[in-house]
Amino acid sequence: MNSHHRGAVEGGAEGAPLSDIVLTVRDLRIVLDPSGIDIDDDVSFAIHQGEVLGLVGESASGKTTAATSLLAYQRRGAKVSEGVIDIVGTDVLAARKGELRRIRGGLISYVPQDASAALNPALRIGDQLMEILNAHQFGASQAEREARLKQMMAEVLLPGDRDFLRRYPHQLSGGQQQRVVIAMAMANRPRIIVLDEPTTALDVTTQAHVLETVRDLTRSYGVSALYVTHDLAVVANLADRIAVMYAGRLVEIGPKDELFAGAYHPYTRRLLDAIPDLSGERALHGIPGWAPRPGQRVAGCAFTPRCTLRIDKCATDFPPYEGPDPDHQVRCWRWREVKAMPAGSSAPLRVKAENLCATDEKNVISCKNVVAWYQNKEVLHDVSIELCEHRCLALVGESGSGKTTLARCVSGLHPFKIQGDIRLRGKALARESYGRSREERRDIQYIFQSPYSSLNPRKTIRQILSMPIEIFFKTTREEREARMVKVLDQVALDASLLGRYPEQLSGGERQRIAIARALTAEPGVLICDEVTSWLDVSVQAAIIELLVQLQAELGVSMLFVTHNLALIRSVAHEVAVMSEGKLVEFGLVDQVLDDPQHEYTKQLLADTPALPVLSQG
Amino acid sequence: MSQSSDAGLDPLQPLETLELEPLQTLPIGKQRPEWLQTVLDAWSLRRTKIGLVLFLVLLVVAVFGRFWAPYSPTEFVGPPFSLPTAEYWLGTDFLGRDVYTRVLYGGLSVFVLGIAATVIGMVLGVSLGLISGYARRWVDESIMRMLDVVLAFPSVVLAMLFVSILGPRLWLIVLMVGISHMPRIARVTRAATVDLAQRDFVRAATAVGVPRRRILFREVLPNISSPLLVEFGLRLTYSIIMIAALSFLGFGMQPPSADWGLMINENRIAITVQPWAVISPVILIAALTISTNLMADGLARAMMGIDRTTGTT
Repeated sequence: MNSHHRGAVEGGAEGAPLSDIVLTVRDLRIVLDPSGIDIDDDVSFAIHQGEVLGLVGESASGKTTAATSLLAYQRRGAKVSEGVIDIVGTDVLAARKGELRRIRGGLISYVPQDASAALNPALRIGDQLMEILNAHQFGASQAEREARLKQMMAEVLLPGDRDFLRRYPHQLSGGQQQRVVIAMAMANRPRIIVLDEPTTALDVTTQAHVLETVRDLTRSYGVSALYVTHDLAVVANLADRIAVMYAGRLVEIGPKDELFAGAYHPYTRRLLDAIPDLSGERALHGIPGWAPRPGQRVAGCAFTPRCTLRIDKCATDFPPYEGPDPDHQVRCWRWREVKAMPAGSSAPLRVKAENLCATDEKNVISCKNVVAWYQNKEVLHDVSIELCEHRCLALVGESGSGKTTLARCVSGLHPFKIQGDIRLRGKALARESYGRSREERRDIQYIFQSPYSSLNPRKTIRQILSMPIEIFFKTTREEREARMVKVLDQVALDASLLGRYPEQLSGGERQRIAIARALTAEPGVLICDEVTSWLDVSVQAAIIELLVQLQAELGVSMLFVTHNLALIRSVAHEVAVMSEGKLVEFGLVDQVLDDPQHEYTKQLLADTPALPVLSQG
Repeated sequence: MSQSSDAGLDPLQPLETLELEPLQTLPIGKQRPEWLQTVLDAWSLRRTKIGLVLFLVLLVVAVFGRFWAPYSPTEFVGPPFSLPTAEYWLGTDFLGRDVYTRVLYGGLSVFVLGIAATVIGMVLGVSLGLISGYARRWVDESIMRMLDVVLAFPSVVLAMLFVSILGPRLWLIVLMVGISHMPRIARVTRAATVDLAQRDFVRAATAVGVPRRRILFREVLPNISSPLLVEFGLRLTYSIIMIAALSFLGFGMQPPSADWGLMINENRIAITVQPWAVISPVILIAALTISTNLMADGLARAMMGIDRTTGTT
């Protein structure tokens, strides 16, 4: 294993000595001020010159807090209580205000998640870029600064002409905005740049371009980078090493290839199993339970409750950093045993559909020549799709492709004009849900994107679940209660949850409740609208497993709307690819993904970040 | 690669056999309704405590004051505009009635009419605001423009207009004050409703086919109770001021009834001779509006989290 760990950084920073450490973080501990609850604890890592370190973790793992502390910045209420942060000999945490101003943007710079919020909407982008150079007194003269400005724009592949520089942020696309922010971060040639999920808000195609830019910049100029993300696939091709955080602690840090070939920490392993695989080689495998939030962590190793390899010691003591060499460290009592285990999940893939079903009789939902408007704008142009009984049809496209609009049209939730023919089991459906019969409303159930918004925060789970039952079925109180317990069981939740409020549940549990609510109506068609996009990777995998299992057991037909191409192998039989309100490709999942016909599908597939295919040992 | 040699431990176990994490790690407990939480948060602020104590004292005076009043409110106890003496603590009014007694009697009407007017305004305003914010489009437009017309009239003028046509009836005063509150309450409600109507749980209810009225009252209303509570406190202040003002102008309570607003009007000609007959109801009305305002302010601050300590998640 040791033999190829240096290979992880091949191609990075030609000629730069790798022992050159730019950034050192030692024993960093960040707590909330009045309560003393730790967000980050005992975080230590180092970044070499020209190296990209991927900092990966699920929500509330403390990754962003740790990353911004490198610039000696903490969000309100948080403070560094222990630790040292050293950038090429400068102690960042000890820096005074004036010094800190020099460090930020000079030595180390930051690229935030949302570029549109990071740019001042009232300033032209040229002025904003110049501001950075002026603040740090770059170069000797104004002419030199202007030359640098042109150069910066070229570096991030944006036009550097006067016209472009005179634009306001709202006149740029999301990808261009993010490039401008990256240019600002690179302006003074910092030693290290912190990227905080810079592509989360972007489409895959734009994301691919931005990632490429970041890769080129770090390689060409020997700038180190800390890339914070929740998505391992994003950093798979970008990072040299990857650090995995769990519940505020760094659990594993190591060269990318070693990690993907066989991580030493059980959490890293399970996390990799939970990432949907575009190639369809691996089955998706979720991690049961959820990551604890700050203040809820158990003693010892925080992963203990979810870990299948736990021993008594795990519950009491947190293991120290150990590992085969300084570049690959892991915090697990049993890492040697984990290391010895074969990587990759062995579970079989779902049953694949052999052929398209064509006969009209088996169609549950059929949409013919559907045209829909959003206010006065036509957003869906002449789309026809068919959903067969017991099948799952994935509706894939980037934001604005009209996939959600189509799903809403089917469910009677589109508030604007619709033309065309939407049928349920051969019967034409009314446009609005109020125009539909009770039976039709019962038959089609919609599961929403965000479980944080789809459950009324003022109602108990019992009230939420009983609403569809009361409307669709004549039941006694006992029957209703029994039915609710049954659906909760179907979504693998305990009946004791009935008395709770949504606030008291985790995101994954909430989404399960939303699924349970749909199931109480005993529907024939489930419409899942981006149901996993708000969830952590490990929880997403568990929800997908649940949906696949439910579909097989209950025989419901499913319309699965998603922007994530990698997901559909695990869940769908057929796929419809949409772009700009049009259907561009339709077919069996494996056919479309293995041999895409349309240019757009090809592009989408090429841009979707994928994990390296594991060579099974 | 070989499996772990440790016998007592199984390798990565299949998911189905795994137990979900016990739920005890999350705080359990009956969640409080939102408005109650706001009230409790507000109570931790000093301004709310002062406001509520003041309000309760005045309420006790207004409701039970009559039981310790030394005279009858219409009884002539001395010469008009007498200065305070041991016999009549706050002097006498323009007819020689005891000011202290009339002050003790005169608060109830302010409270009852003020609260009734606020309740009417809330019921009308909240209903219209809910409908307007949920229906949107032309329903929204027509309701809001109609309310703009109401808003265009100065509220006291509007009330006086109707009272002068139909005569000084108490129900009319209450109704007019309520109606004058309606547009502003409707606006607050509408703004909150528009935001909520776009949440997915409202869509979910629509998709299932829950009747619109039930969506409004069961799904939306409980979620906007806090801003409405604040609005109630604020409108109560204005109601009291308006009711007192209308009485002062002679459109409210009619003589010989004891009423704080009316007392100011009746005795203002002798403010230099016997100031107590004017100052005592003035102080009481001012104290009452300050107390309701303090409570409303406390609620608003609690709702917006202005004074909340930072740091906990």
